[in-house]
Amino acid sequence: MTERYSFSLTTFSPSGKLVQIEYALAAVAAGAPTVGIKAKNGVVVATEKKAKNSLYEQDSVHKIEKIADHIGMVYSGMGPDFRVLVKRARKIAMQYESSYGEAIPTGQLVQRVGAVMQEYTQSGGVRPFGVSLLIMGMDDGKPTLWQCDPSGTFFPWKATALGKNHINGKTFLEKRFNADQELDDAIHVAILTLKESFEGAMTEENVEIGICNDLGKFVRLSHNEIKDHL
Amino acid sequence: MSISEYNGSAIVAMAGKDCVALATDTRFGISFKTVSTDFDRVYKMGPRIYMGMAGLVTDMYTVSARLRFRLNLYELRENRPVAPRVFFSMITNLLYERRFGSYFSAPVVAALDPVNGKPLIAAYDCIGDLEVVNDFFADGTSTEQLLGICETLWKPNMDSEELYEVISQCLLNAQDSDALAGWGAQVYIIEKDKVTKKTLKARLD
Repeated sequence: MTERYSFSLTTFSPSGKLVQIEYALAAVAAGAPTVGIKAKNGVVVATEKKAKNSLYEQDSVHKIEKIADHIGMVYSGMGPDFRVLVKRARKIAMQYESSYGEAIPTGQLVQRVGAVMQEYTQSGGVRPFGVSLLIMGMDDGKPTLWQCDPSGTFFPWKATALGKNHINGKTFLEKRFNADQELDDAIHVAILTLKESFEGAMTEENVEIGICNDLGKFVRLSHNEIKDHL
Repeated sequence: MSISEYNGSAIVAMAGKDCVALATDTRFGISFKTVSTDFDRVYKMGPRIYMGMAGLVTDMYTVSARLRFRLNLYELRENRPVAPRVFFSMITNLLYERRFGSYFSAPVVAALDPVNGKPLIAAYDCIGDLEVVNDFFADGTSTEQLLGICETLWKPNMDSEELYEVISQCLLNAQDSDALAGWGAQVYIIEKDKVTKKTLKARLD
């Protein structure tokens, strides 16, 4: 039964690059814009969620997903690949809690999710994930924000942008980021950053916002709450 | 004799006020033959986490080694020392993995909570039932003798001097009534700023 390749499809080019990963990053850069900002007392992520058709049931599927009570995850890139990673991340978080009786520190989750993503760059017959993840969490009252790339690398950020127009987004954030700002101000800045790359009007229907608040909990904002911030 | 009495052991842990003590005998026997009289049953698993193991000695070696492996990996991955309650959960998982073919050795852990300095005693059975205990716990072949005298002598909020006296008397007198435990005692008194180990002379029989 030769259903599976035993050799990796991600191989080195003569210049030392893994071209499949470059292409995966291109898929990410073509995805919907996502922004994440760390505040003094929390973290916020915001993402564009444009429906291609007005008949879409927007509320049935979410882009910002809870991984554990204190950790949330969002992406730019391919939705189906994100779903697979959400499932894996949730299992990792629950297995940790089962073994150690303690909630998984966000950095530990990120290490393990990064290891999963790296596996798919070196295993037989698979391709890398076409998503970059933004993972946010509160560890003992300290907010953290991480990015996980298709290669398996992870970076801790104070603020960052992914997806379409991410270079402009990051430039905008460099100017507007303030380490001492409160969560509400950070949400405001996140919305402004998203607006930079938004075509058309931003409403509570076509944007999703998630926060980790100072109680250490991940919460996805409701439509009304988003409307208040806009 | 049953398999968990094959080597003989006496272990007791006792809580005081902001201090905790762990005491073990030092006999290692093969059935009725005494092979060693200075046998160490206590493992230091953290700056204020000490684990004594009762029961079959070969399983004591294996369980403590496997636990050490998991503990080290945890500390390497997380870049921080393990918290006592997390360590307690680790032990439970390791023992329950062998639910239907268990180890014949069970740990007794004495620790100080790094956050509030309060004593923590973790008591297990050989398949990982964890109970965190406020007063004292005994395990090994002298359990009945130990529990009897501990019930009588223990009182809450003892300081470290009194705790040492009480736990020493409990162990020495209990192991005297047990053929399979004795030949000496090791007592660890664990406090916030220091850990003291004392070796006691006992009846050599």
